[in-house]
Amino acid sequence: MSILVDENTRLLVQGITGREGGFHASQAIAYGTKVVAGVTPGKGGTKALADNGPGVPVFNTVREAVEKTGANVSMIFVPPPFAADAIMEAADAGLPLIVAITEGIPTLDMVRVRQFLSRNKSRLIGPNCPGIISPGKCKVGIMPGSIHRPGHVGVISRSGTLTYEAVGQLTALGIGQSTCIGIGGDPIIGTSFTDALRLMNDDPETRGIIMIGEIGGSAEEEAAGFIKAKVKKPVVGFIAGRTAPPGRRMGHAGAIISGGKGTADDKIRALEAAGVILAASPALMGETLKERLKDKG
Amino acid sequence: MPRGEMIVNREEARALAVKMGGGIVVVKAQIHAGGRGKGGGVKLAHNPDEAEKLAGGILGMTLVTHQTGPEGRLVKRVLIEEGLEVARELYLGLVIDRGTGQPVFMASTEGGMEIEVVAAERPEKILKEFIDPAIGFQAFQARKLAFGLGLDSARLGDAVKFFSNLYRAFEATDASLVEINPFVVTKDGRLLALDAKMTFDDNALFRHPDIRELRDLGEEDPLEVKATNFGLNYIRLDGSVGCMVNGAGLAMATMDIIQYAGGRPANFLDVGGGANEEQVKHGFEIILSDPNVRAVFINIFGGIMRCDIVANGVVAAARSLGFKTPVVVRLEGTNVELGQKILRESGLNFTVAANMKDGAEKVVELAKN
Repeated sequence: MSILVDENTRLLVQGITGREGGFHASQAIAYGTKVVAGVTPGKGGTKALADNGPGVPVFNTVREAVEKTGANVSMIFVPPPFAADAIMEAADAGLPLIVAITEGIPTLDMVRVRQFLSRNKSRLIGPNCPGIISPGKCKVGIMPGSIHRPGHVGVISRSGTLTYEAVGQLTALGIGQSTCIGIGGDPIIGTSFTDALRLMNDDPETRGIIMIGEIGGSAEEEAAGFIKAKVKKPVVGFIAGRTAPPGRRMGHAGAIISGGKGTADDKIRALEAAGVILAASPALMGETLKERLKDKG
Repeated sequence: MPRGEMIVNREEARALAVKMGGGIVVVKAQIHAGGRGKGGGVKLAHNPDEAEKLAGGILGMTLVTHQTGPEGRLVKRVLIEEGLEVARELYLGLVIDRGTGQPVFMASTEGGMEIEVVAAERPEKILKEFIDPAIGFQAFQARKLAFGLGLDSARLGDAVKFFSNLYRAFEATDASLVEINPFVVTKDGRLLALDAKMTFDDNALFRHPDIRELRDLGEEDPLEVKATNFGLNYIRLDGSVGCMVNGAGLAMATMDIIQYAGGRPANFLDVGGGANEEQVKHGFEIILSDPNVRAVFINIFGGIMRCDIVANGVVAAARSLGFKTPVVVRLEGTNVELGQKILRESGLNFTVAANMKDGAEKVVELAKN
């Protein structure tokens, strides 16, 4: 079954006429995702990606795109100053799932977006994330499809390339993935570890989970509480940033140890107490999950 | 705010102390970090002679606090402030709470120097008001905090105005942290901010050119400043293994695996999505400017990025810079075999790693020589 995106996904791309949006929309099409519409205000009525085929119709508003094409997921490549607005437009149009790839959205903008989303039914993944993929079915993001294999392990991560590392290891070990979600590197995001774990816990196709966290905030600690209470499937984790100095933003806006809180060691301790097996090295994520699945029988 | 002025030498300190009446003044180091009082950067002077002596001692010192890291910061500027008769020291702080996704206004009767300890040991002493972003910080919330702090009814109006203005400043500047510590009640009943610290959201600087102007590059590591100019994310550490990686999470994990393999990372460097020749060259230059670096680990997991393009970039950069430091390269992703071939046949001092573990072990070994 996988979670959130599959063969029924009808994708619209906000920012499709931009360089990043256009490139990744065509990559999604190449992977087999049904890209049904693009939205760029002012370019409605034109066709995007029309060089080698029929192209994708572009609309002025998300609402119109949804009405005319039945799109049910949006992927957002709008630049930071305008991205929060794009997310809210998608939510206002009633899209059940919004995947915001954009990095660099001001935190206070996301505070307002989160407030806005609490009033409607849209689920947001991201921002500052690589997206979500259900291998063999649907790719809504910038991850390289070719390293993935369909299977039964769910991957949830705050990072992009570190997720690819985990996926590469799993695929090399012959272990396929049900769904991989990049939840994003920002301090305020739409889907937390706990939210994603809940979905994977309920998905009959997911039999094991890898959680990839990093310094900053307390999302991993909260997830540990949920895992302890509710998750019976094997969970393996890796927390990046044990060597990160305090007080510095390590690339991701959310990766910062402040006031002594949010250290890798605290997260590792909390997850271990919840029964999660932590990989000591990032090179051992796949191996650790393989052992854990074997132990379970 | 109490009266005060910035000075850069001890003679100015004396002159200012005299101008302020010759009585008590506070001499405060000005660096971009907190914990200055506890670190010995804040001192009380009872007369202009003492002000000169203390300012002379603090100026030019390397001030180490729990927020600067062990290398500390050089003090180039000092603030001379009027002395006051303080009755109570309180704490005010505004941050975004990541759990609820809301700004939160914190206040505590335990002002002064140790707020992180209060948070750890006596969290009940910290009052919190969560702010609905659509509605803003309301007067009733300010009153709750004011009464919670035990402020006099006579002080209520001033307190509400001060707290409301503080939130307005936080929101208007896209701050990620605003701290007034200590927020003081003087013996003669005035409310004053004795110190203020503001951290600004980097993601929002595009809409605050005036705040961007305030950046004091002299307070930052020169290599880090250079990196920012090239659009590279670089943080200097103190180990001997340099690293260059695409993606912040993988970059942190690379630092971690270097340590796991027995070495110490010299830096964090995320080249982001653009590991082209220009970026790689700038990255190399910056890493190699650090005299501690004995070997470099390039760890690239290219998805969209093709490994042969990365390899060409690395070779071109190395050729034009002409350095001798050993480099271990681990490539993964599209065209990986072609990329590895380009590196091996370049004739340059590259070691090609099979995977991340192999790369880390090899580079740590090379750094020992």
